[in-house]
Amino acid sequence: MPSLGTGALLLGIVVCLYGIGASIYGVRTDQDRWIESGRRSVYALAVTMICAFAVLEVALLSNDWAFNTVADTSSVTTPLLYKVAAVWASQEGSLLLWALLSALWSSLALFLVKGRMREIAAYATAVLLAFDAFFIFLMLGYANPFNTTHPAPVEGAGLDPLLRFPTMMIHPPMIYSGYTLCIVPFAFGVGALITRKVDAEWLKVMRRFALAAWIFLGIGIVLGARWSYSELGWGGYWGWDAVENAALLPWLAATAFIHSLMIQEKRGMLKVWNASLVFAMGTLAIMGTFLVRSGILDSIHAFGGATLGVPFVILIGAMIAGSIYLVVSRRDVLRSEHQLDSLLSRESAFLLNNLVLAGLAFVIFWGTFFPIISEALTGREASVGSPWFDRYTVPLALVLVLLSGIGPVIAWRRATFANALRNLRAPILVALAVCVAVLGAGVSGKPLAVVMFAFAGFALAAVAQEYWRGTRVRARSTGQRPPRALLGLMRRNRRRYGGYIVHIGIAALFIGVAASSSFQHSVEPRLKVGQKIKIDGYTMRYVRPTASVTPKYDAAHTGATLSLGAVIRVTKGGKYVTTLLPAEGFYDSGEPSQGSVGHLIGGQAVSHVALNSTPFRDLWAAVAPEITAPQLERILKAGNKAIPVNRPEEAMIVLALMGREYLKNTPVAEFHFEVSPMVMWIWIGALIILCGGLIAIFPSPRVLARRVSVSVRKPAPVRGRERDQVPA
Amino acid sequence: MSMPAAALMILLLGIVLWIVTTPLHAMPHLRRRRAGQRADLEAQREAKYQEIRDTELDFQTGKLSVQDHEAVDGALRREALAILDRISALEQAEKAEGAEPAAS
Repeated sequence: MPSLGTGALLLGIVVCLYGIGASIYGVRTDQDRWIESGRRSVYALAVTMICAFAVLEVALLSNDWAFNTVADTSSVTTPLLYKVAAVWASQEGSLLLWALLSALWSSLALFLVKGRMREIAAYATAVLLAFDAFFIFLMLGYANPFNTTHPAPVEGAGLDPLLRFPTMMIHPPMIYSGYTLCIVPFAFGVGALITRKVDAEWLKVMRRFALAAWIFLGIGIVLGARWSYSELGWGGYWGWDAVENAALLPWLAATAFIHSLMIQEKRGMLKVWNASLVFAMGTLAIMGTFLVRSGILDSIHAFGGATLGVPFVILIGAMIAGSIYLVVSRRDVLRSEHQLDSLLSRESAFLLNNLVLAGLAFVIFWGTFFPIISEALTGREASVGSPWFDRYTVPLALVLVLLSGIGPVIAWRRATFANALRNLRAPILVALAVCVAVLGAGVSGKPLAVVMFAFAGFALAAVAQEYWRGTRVRARSTGQRPPRALLGLMRRNRRRYGGYIVHIGIAALFIGVAASSSFQHSVEPRLKVGQKIKIDGYTMRYVRPTASVTPKYDAAHTGATLSLGAVIRVTKGGKYVTTLLPAEGFYDSGEPSQGSVGHLIGGQAVSHVALNSTPFRDLWAAVAPEITAPQLERILKAGNKAIPVNRPEEAMIVLALMGREYLKNTPVAEFHFEVSPMVMWIWIGALIILCGGLIAIFPSPRVLARRVSVSVRKPAPVRGRERDQVPA
Repeated sequence: MSMPAAALMILLLGIVLWIVTTPLHAMPHLRRRRAGQRADLEAQREAKYQEIRDTELDFQTGKLSVQDHEAVDGALRREALAILDRISALEQAEKAEGAEPAAS
């Protein structure tokens, strides 16, 4: 079967090359059949990629250790769902996932525009297939997922312990879906500029795919943050890690595009800016893949090897050069049709929002790539940490939250100062009330956090006011009761009111970020059993240790061979609050040189965080047991000496003895406790953003109905009939 | 390559060839150019209608003064009528061409 997988890849690259040729030949010679054949090449590519992916999945599920990818990322005892997800744990599998998702999303995009945008779609087909050809070339030339070893090993190494976390099963497909969806607007952007057709229909298609990329990237980013918070044992959800930033950059570009696109739709302005954002989204998506897969920057998320740097650099260079050429050479068709009517208008607010988002993206880009830049210029690799990022991003985030409240209450085209002031009065009052309440509650010393709460209150009040006024207008005009009028309002204008829901989510998310980062309490004590420590009014008492041993060959094995932990009783003011059970898992290294017992726990040590969440605060605990305590080392050394490597059952008995010794004669353990307010609002905010995005991406029933009627009726003359349809 | 793998590979090749070559044999004529122009104009019309509704909602919710609303709304309606005129002209041209395909 490995030959079927490689054969599918070879066939895939042939299909890509054929499709590129057919599309370009078809559009150049004005022959629809070649254009159609080129478009269908993308469908055919999807079929070949599904086949290749299925071969690898079957190999994983059937424990076919002859496949190097399977032997490196799975084992007999790896649970079924992790086996399915193990495809994207490896470099090779990740590239295959990228190619598969790209082929599927490209097929969907081309299917949705079938019969429309003929020339643009033909060039877009060629660009999309070129990207797929690149990734298949990487697999065939550098990292073939179907490489095999003979004779096959008797057992696989198992999945990286850090990846044995439920959200990690869906985090990579979400991020990769986001990246591959970013490529769709890029491809259609190239097509539009080559054909000089930057028209309204192109914008409509761009918007939907940019929004889909934005949603998927957003889900992926939040799942990654959740994984970092719950699994990595350092207590944070965002560390400005290179790979986290790499996903955030195209998301910021997409956010800017979704806003500025509206100005082009309504006023025919910002065409150069929008084309640049579309190209930036695509290029940053490829850069994100490059950072994860090239290993060029140190990152906790970079699970790839350092072999793919040069091809990626060439691709990114070509994308940047091509984008600049297209924008410069097509500047005549990208000229603005109108100018701003007034500085006090929603267009201006969107412009400012775009500048802030571009500023954020620039700061994050600079900080992320600073190690590479400094090494290139000075020969020494230097990096910047969280304080550097925070210094620049926090003020920009504050302005962004403020604008998310100002934008909705200002009219398009022109707003008078008196109207704007009247619409802003209630949100300003709410912001002031929040300020007074927060300061009155004794919160001080963190002025930026207080300002963020006030701005978030402002944004929430502005959006609530918009909903209230819109509902009142609709209730008055239709005679409906307010709840029904509200639903009707949202159904009729999903884009506007879905967008407002996103603004609510952004405000909630930033409230969580500001509160948890500014008012977090953290201690890292070394405690003996029975000792306790106080943190932010909570008393954490180390009640007793825990130890468990799970043989690797046991069918129930899902994680660590040896797990050492603690029972922590949490009280506040003498009242019981909760019990936390943090632990640390020790994994098999697969290195016999560490000894028969030593290798069973010589692999990666992974923290299993204990968490107690409420909407007001999170209690977070991690433990680092002293596995190298003398009494445990003594047993380990004796076991290594007495038991040969080929008798793992006896080695497990020694591990059990170590566990018993740990319970009986417990060494001091190092703990990390945190009390962080309102972390839950980050996840709630993210969910609200997702809901808003989903509402905004689907067309309103009116548009759907019109599409149906257009498809079943013959076109009628415009005069008379359609003039009457201009909204009254 | 084992026999089952070879058989699957041939099947895959057959599917790919069928998908890719079908349009080369039988591709119906499309009224593509005019259809493309019409789709673009319809998209412009939808965007303009939406803009008119947005402006109306902005006015109703107190974001626009009466004078500004009248000025903006009037301008938008003029723009919408211009688009409708272009759609109408396109349809007239299509009619004039009769049943002949407009692809050439």
